[in-house]
Amino acid sequence: MQVENTEFRPKIVAFCCNWCSYAGADLAGSSRLAYPADVKIIRVPCSCRVNPMFILRAFQRGADGVILCGCHPGDCHYTTGNYYARRRMTLLFSMLDYLGVEKGRTRVEWVSAAEGVKFSTTMNEFVAKIHELGKNVRLEDLRCKN
Amino acid sequence: MQELITRAKELLADGTVSRVLGWKKGDLGWDPEPAYFDKAEELENFIYNPFCGANLSKYLIAAGKLEGTTLVFLKPCDTYSFNQLVKEHRVKKDKTYIIGVGCHGTLDPEKIRNTGVKGIADAVLEGDRVRLNTLYGDKEAAAAEVLLDRCLVCKGKTHVVCDELIGAEPGEEAGPGELAVNRFAQVEELENLPPEERFAFWQEQLSRCIRCNACRNVCPACSCLKCVFDSSQFDSNQKANADTFEEQMFHIIRAFHVAGRCTDCGECSRVCPESIPLHLLNRKFIKDIDTFYGEYQAGADTESKGPLTDFTFEDVEPGIIAERGGGR
Repeated sequence: MQVENTEFRPKIVAFCCNWCSYAGADLAGSSRLAYPADVKIIRVPCSCRVNPMFILRAFQRGADGVILCGCHPGDCHYTTGNYYARRRMTLLFSMLDYLGVEKGRTRVEWVSAAEGVKFSTTMNEFVAKIHELGKNVRLEDLRCKN
Repeated sequence: MQELITRAKELLADGTVSRVLGWKKGDLGWDPEPAYFDKAEELENFIYNPFCGANLSKYLIAAGKLEGTTLVFLKPCDTYSFNQLVKEHRVKKDKTYIIGVGCHGTLDPEKIRNTGVKGIADAVLEGDRVRLNTLYGDKEAAAAEVLLDRCLVCKGKTHVVCDELIGAEPGEEAGPGELAVNRFAQVEELENLPPEERFAFWQEQLSRCIRCNACRNVCPACSCLKCVFDSSQFDSNQKANADTFEEQMFHIIRAFHVAGRCTDCGECSRVCPESIPLHLLNRKFIKDIDTFYGEYQAGADTESKGPLTDFTFEDVEPGIIAERGGGR
C-alpha cells in the first residue's frame, strides 16, 4: 500500500565554500547540532565560484530556497573572492526581487569554520522561512518535476 | 550627409583608412543597414538619417582583425560602447578612425507605424517635430512620440572619443533628452508594484520571447566568441528543450552578463522583434549599481574598474534586498 505524503518538505540548496562554511557544517555535525535534513549542501571552492546561473538552475530544478555560505569578508582563502561574490549576489537578489520572485528564497550568510552553531541556527532559520513561503512556483520548471 | 561622404572619400584616397564602416540604403527608406565600403564609388549608397539607429561599435571587433585602419561613424551614445570595448581590449583605438557624427535622436519605425503613417521613405527632425516623407505625401509627428525609447533619455551630445567631428559641436546641449527627466522612471514604476504584479508583468513580456538571440547578437557589451547560450552542454540550445527557460533564465543571465558594462545604449530593445522592453532589465542593474556602489557610467572612460570587477570592504550585504521594503 502506498502512503500519500502531503507534508511539505522544502528542498534547500546550500552552496558552501570549501574552506570555511563546509568546515563549519562539518563542525555542526560533529558537535551534534541539529539542522534540517532538507538542506542539501554543495561544496564549492569559494563563494565566488557560484555563478548566478547556479542559483537560477537550482530553482529551475525544483529548489525552494538557495543559500550561499562563504568565509567572512576579509577571511577568504583566496583573499578577495567573497567580496566579488557579495556584489554579484546583491545584484542578482535585487533582480530576482524585481522580477517578482519572493525575496526570502535567497540568502547569503558568512559562516567560518569555527561557527558550527551559527551554521545550524542559520539553516534552521532559513528552512523555517521557506516553510513560511511554501513551494517555489515562480521559478520552477515543470519539465524538471518527477 | 554629403559632407560625411566627401570626407570619407578623402580619407580613402589619401590612404589613412582602408575601409569605411557606415550605413547604406536599405530596401526600404526606414531600414538602413550597417555596411562596409571599400571603394569610393560604393559610398554613393551611404546614408545617414534619423533611421540610422544601429550602433556600429560592435562591428569594430571584426574590423580590427582586418588589414589597415577602419573609418567608422559613431553617434554620441555609440562612442560609450566603443570606449567600453577599448577598456575590455576587444578593439584597438589605433586601428580605427572615428568620425563623430551629430545626432538629434533616432526614430522608431514601429512607433511611426503605430501613429497610422505608412510607406515611410525619409524623415527629418526639426526641433520637437518630425517631418515624414512618405509614399502618400508629407506627414508630421511629434518627436516625443516617435523617437526610440533610448533617445527620450539621451545621454547627451558629447562624443567621449573621436578623431574628428562632423555635424556636431563640442559641448552641444542634449536635445530630446530634455523630454525625460529621469531615466529610471519606468524602473521605479515597476518597483512600486506588488511582487505578484511585477511577476505577472514580466511573465507577459518575457513569454513573448522567441529566442531569436537578436538582443544578444546586437549588444556591444555581449561580445564573447563562445557564448554560454550556444553551448551544446546547455539544454537551451534546442528550441524544443527551452520551454519556460526564456521567462526564467535567459533574460536574467543575459542582463547579468553585461551588468556593470552596459552603457544603456538600448540596442537590445531596438532590435527585439517582439518589442520586449529589455532595457528595463539592464537599467535595473544600472540603478542598483548606482545606489549601492556609487554612480557609474560604463564607457565614459577607458581606465576605471567596472563595478563587478571591483569591491570595497564596506560594501552592503546582500541581505539588504530582503530587509528593504517594496521592490526597490
